[in-house]
Amino acid sequence: MTEDRNHINAVPGEETQGQAEDKKGMKAKDIKAISKRQTAGKIFVQIGIYAFLTVIALLILFPFYFMLISSVKTTAEYNEMVPTLWPREFRWSTYAAAFTGDLHLGQLFLNTVIVGVVSTLLSLVVTVLSAYAFARLEFRGKNVLFAALLATMMIPGELFTVTNYITVVNWLDWRNTFAALIVPFLVSVFYIYLLRQNFMQIPNELYLAAKVDGTSDIKYLWKVMIPLSAPTLISITILKMMGAWNSYIWPKLVANDLAHRLVTVGLRSGAFQGANGLTDIPAQMAAVVLVTIPLLLVFLFFRKYIMRGVSRSGIKG
Amino acid sequence: MSKTKEKPKNNWRAWLYLAPALIILLVFTVWPIINTVRIAFLNSYNGLAERGGATFEFGFYNFEYVVSISGFSRSLGNTLLITVITVPVSTMLALLIAVALNSIKPFRKIFQTIFFLPYVTNAIAIGMVFFAMFHTVTLGSQTLSTGIINSIIQAFGGKPVNWIDAGSSWGHNMAVVCIYIIWNALPFKILVLLGGLQSVNKQYYDAAKVDGASRFRIFWRITVPMLSPMIAYVVITGFIGGFKEYNSVVGILGETMGPAGGDRQLNTMAGCIYDSLNDGFQGYAAAAALILFAIIFAVTMINLYVSKKKVHY
Repeated sequence: MTEDRNHINAVPGEETQGQAEDKKGMKAKDIKAISKRQTAGKIFVQIGIYAFLTVIALLILFPFYFMLISSVKTTAEYNEMVPTLWPREFRWSTYAAAFTGDLHLGQLFLNTVIVGVVSTLLSLVVTVLSAYAFARLEFRGKNVLFAALLATMMIPGELFTVTNYITVVNWLDWRNTFAALIVPFLVSVFYIYLLRQNFMQIPNELYLAAKVDGTSDIKYLWKVMIPLSAPTLISITILKMMGAWNSYIWPKLVANDLAHRLVTVGLRSGAFQGANGLTDIPAQMAAVVLVTIPLLLVFLFFRKYIMRGVSRSGIKG
Repeated sequence: MSKTKEKPKNNWRAWLYLAPALIILLVFTVWPIINTVRIAFLNSYNGLAERGGATFEFGFYNFEYVVSISGFSRSLGNTLLITVITVPVSTMLALLIAVALNSIKPFRKIFQTIFFLPYVTNAIAIGMVFFAMFHTVTLGSQTLSTGIINSIIQAFGGKPVNWIDAGSSWGHNMAVVCIYIIWNALPFKILVLLGGLQSVNKQYYDAAKVDGASRFRIFWRITVPMLSPMIAYVVITGFIGGFKEYNSVVGILGETMGPAGGDRQLNTMAGCIYDSLNDGFQGYAAAAALILFAIIFAVTMINLYVSKKKVHY
């Protein structure tokens, strides 16, 4: 019994080879020597882990680094045979050119923010109302309806896109309007589901107490339920805004004029023509940086909410 | 669970709250499910023509046409290959990274933040960065710069490769696209797997250590089985995402879905659907979308069946 306990105490680490022999005669000194060797082994493993993580981190960061240094190089320096790892000469004019040139980045940003803000606000209202109905109210067919809605989540978006394209372009005549970019994606079953789960965690006693006090449903929803589920609402807001920022296929199909073009579509179709008929890659990278920075800033400020929303949804934007 | 036993008088109020969502879902979610199936079976359907009063014959022509065009089988092959390469590689890599992250304390937050960065980027924008990294700048017949990746290859004594420019091979294009998709797919998988690791009961590891199990054995006998629900989750979502792959290819190669001047050698299934839509052949697009749905559905069912046998819940 005592031997066993000794053994356990002496083996906090991983390596156990060479332990079995000579357990009986184990003195305090031996134990010390073994644990020293184990600490050494542990440190060695830890160094390996940190080395592995550092290599991966560098691979992850490399495209960002390349994008940043390329965006401030002159075209001549970029096109040199042996690339410089740090710009010899900084050219900032490409950043200004992204706004003043053919790309019209300012207009694209404005369009995207309009679509993002309006669709987020409308979507929040619709989502809160329906999540409230599913979580708090009783009505016939509630569970069947909810299950049917969840079932639609299994169908890939491409299937919807085909008919929605016909509906929006051929029947509603919404080509090149903000409505075409906002309305079809206003309701997300997944967000209704997320918020309903949140609402259902709020104890029913609160609702009954509010009823006794004569509080109306809408007031209860506004004063109690919404504040209590603020984290979920923030997650939905951020994912929705990121969705507008990153969407490409649908906006390109239905709204590709300058007044309604979204930022990703504009970025991809930008010409970035440089001298000699070559693509001006530094100018292209500057535009990419300008599109990427807002996303990274949002991420750094709202890390917690984004990661929470993402791990539950598995969908991008 | 909330059970507010209210009188049926609340019925109308619930429907009032649901009305905005239901109307939009009816038009843009329920109707598309019905209509896409309908027009897939109407020969050479076109929405504008139908509005003008034209009628279309019922039949399987859309499917026959879509399957017969050479671009389709190539797109199907590309999509399958992308999925089969990127899902296992990114899952294994994410698993290793998650286990490594879980076994360190200092700097873990910083590493976690760095590893999450690709997720909060724009797939098209960073695809353009990957293009630039692999792009060779030529002026006439003179090569100015072979690009940063080729420069690194040359620094180690290798030969520069035409990765993605005019005349590049399908294999090289595919390699670049797969590298990019793996880079892009890691964050989500690491996030989910690390979350799973942190909820594994520490007692299993303590018991294994007492028994003197090796690191490798602990990994295969405890970590992987305990994580199997999360692994199944990232594999299934990975497969679904892989079959719908489109943005990564457009980000790198542009709407040409291949090197400039080529014949769309890197097109994908989703690309086929959008090509047909762009060209005004909505019947073909609907048929292609149904085929894609059938494939995704079948693969997901197989995945679920396999994970039911292998996953420890």
